Amino acid sequence: MAGEKIATRVAYGQELLEVAEQYPNMVVLDADLSSATMTSAFAKKYPDRFYDCGIAEQNMTCIAAGMSTCGLIPLTNSFAMFAAGRAFEQVRNSIAYPHLNVKVVGSHGGLSVGEDGATHQCNEDIALMRSLPGMTVVVPCDGYEMRQALRAILAYEGPVYLRMCRLATEVVTDQIEGYHFELGKGVTLRDGDDLSIVASGITVPMALKAAEILEEEGVFARVIDIHTIKPLDEELILQAAKETGAIVTVEEASVIGGLGGAVSELLGSRYPVPVLRHGVNDEFGRSGKANEVLEYYGISPEKIAETTRRAFEMKMA
Amino acid sequence: MHHELQIAATKARILILEGVHAAKAGHPGGSLSCVDALTTLYFHEMKVYPLNPDYPDRDRFVLSKGHCAPALYAVLALKGFFPKEDIKLLRSIKGHVSGHPDMVHIKGVDMSTGSLGQGISTAVGMALAARQLKKDYRTYTILGDGEMDEGQVWEAIMAAAKWKLDNLCAMVDVNGLQIDGSTDDVMPTHPLDKKFEAFNWHVITIDGNDYDEIVAALEEARNTKGKPTVILLKTQKGRGVSFMEKAAEWHGKAPNDKQYELAIAELKAHLAGLEAVYGG
Repeated sequence: MAGEKIATRVAYGQELLEVAEQYPNMVVLDADLSSATMTSAFAKKYPDRFYDCGIAEQNMTCIAAGMSTCGLIPLTNSFAMFAAGRAFEQVRNSIAYPHLNVKVVGSHGGLSVGEDGATHQCNEDIALMRSLPGMTVVVPCDGYEMRQALRAILAYEGPVYLRMCRLATEVVTDQIEGYHFELGKGVTLRDGDDLSIVASGITVPMALKAAEILEEEGVFARVIDIHTIKPLDEELILQAAKETGAIVTVEEASVIGGLGGAVSELLGSRYPVPVLRHGVNDEFGRSGKANEVLEYYGISPEKIAETTRRAFEMKMA
Repeated sequence: MHHELQIAATKARILILEGVHAAKAGHPGGSLSCVDALTTLYFHEMKVYPLNPDYPDRDRFVLSKGHCAPALYAVLALKGFFPKEDIKLLRSIKGHVSGHPDMVHIKGVDMSTGSLGQGISTAVGMALAARQLKKDYRTYTILGDGEMDEGQVWEAIMAAAKWKLDNLCAMVDVNGLQIDGSTDDVMPTHPLDKKFEAFNWHVITIDGNDYDEIVAALEEARNTKGKPTVILLKTQKGRGVSFMEKAAEWHGKAPNDKQYELAIAELKAHLAGLEAVYGG
């Protein structure tokens, strides 16, 4: 529904129930956070397919690996900090290296965790997971896209990192005519030829607002939603670079190694144009209300518009 | 008793040394200490199918102490999963038998391991999957006593007890040595039996180089219901090669040509003796 606000983690929890019968071999693992990762409804309805592993993310990650070798489709759930951070080496050696069919689901990604502060605000998960050979990395931008993403990663056989957020955010993708979710394919949400904003996660609605701000100034920005950061939709981004001549990447994650890193790597070697990376700079977060923290670190439509203006000036210079 | 296991394990010991010597690297000490348990698992206890290695109802094995891959490869090759000659390319860019077990490229390997502490968790996952999928297969894993330093091992031990996984049997190769010295000096883990008991496991302590005791312990594990079983294998690192026994230096070192010849001569003489008495 237009203007509806829902956290991607909430949409995920609801959609788990919707897909449960279609995937009888799907099992859900959690590490004592089911009321926050939103797996609790699944646990209640399917207690024999839910495994609470306690506060032991490393063990949970490897249990899932073992299960998948026997034909189950396990989804591990924890905060991004622990799913991708604490258990990084377990994901690497026991899931990615043997390329097992495990879906690692990190909720509470990025700064929008809010009050819990820096220890729980994981800005590095995308860079970490993207560095693993054969790993698919998906960051849905809203509740509607999350539902399609969950179905797509279950249909795909192989390791996936799925990042979700705590904060309720606006749903925009259900308003896009012809919107279609396909793993590894970006979606052009708004046309424009002056430059392109390539965004992921909860910054996508912000990027759309930034494009509106710039339109009033006579600058027409294309907005591309990259829900799959790996494998990257190289074709769509190269086309944007060729047609619009400058790129701004936007994400609620470190400017080192995430979407910004992926796009810079691609364009640096294939079609160099100015690329500005808007995200969390090389620093830790802090406590505060989610919206305050995002604002404090410049994750807002106004600041995205500022970076975009700068990129346009670089292109014109 | 179980002379056939004694013969197979001696052949496995020869393959281990051939591989480690050819690679000029690897972990002979811990491979030799756990190979009697591994041989008993693959030649006596487990249902496995070398011609159909991925058969879904097979028993599972995870070498949690993945650095003892030479022992696993030797037993898998003797069992017929792949040619014995392949072991001469251990750790080589030309071969497929890598430094640590790799389930993607090596037939018969149920889980890729090498990073200590992770294997037992994956074995817990396999045992849970058997229950979920209503299958009768059993899951076995071997850990090192040095590996017990890893915190994740204890996470897995708690989880296996929580879910009362009586279809899971862990074995700990208690050879008393790890890379930097004796386990008592590096990081004391004793008393392992009391620790496992406190974590609600059924505990069996045996001479881990005695086939009768291994066979009996595995049977006891199979008949134990309502909780997972651990078999503490009291073993000697380097077992079977006189100058390698109970010496930490042979944890991760290959023998030189002269040492290799001595070791092989000793093992071949032993094998010939066994075969002369009990048949080949």
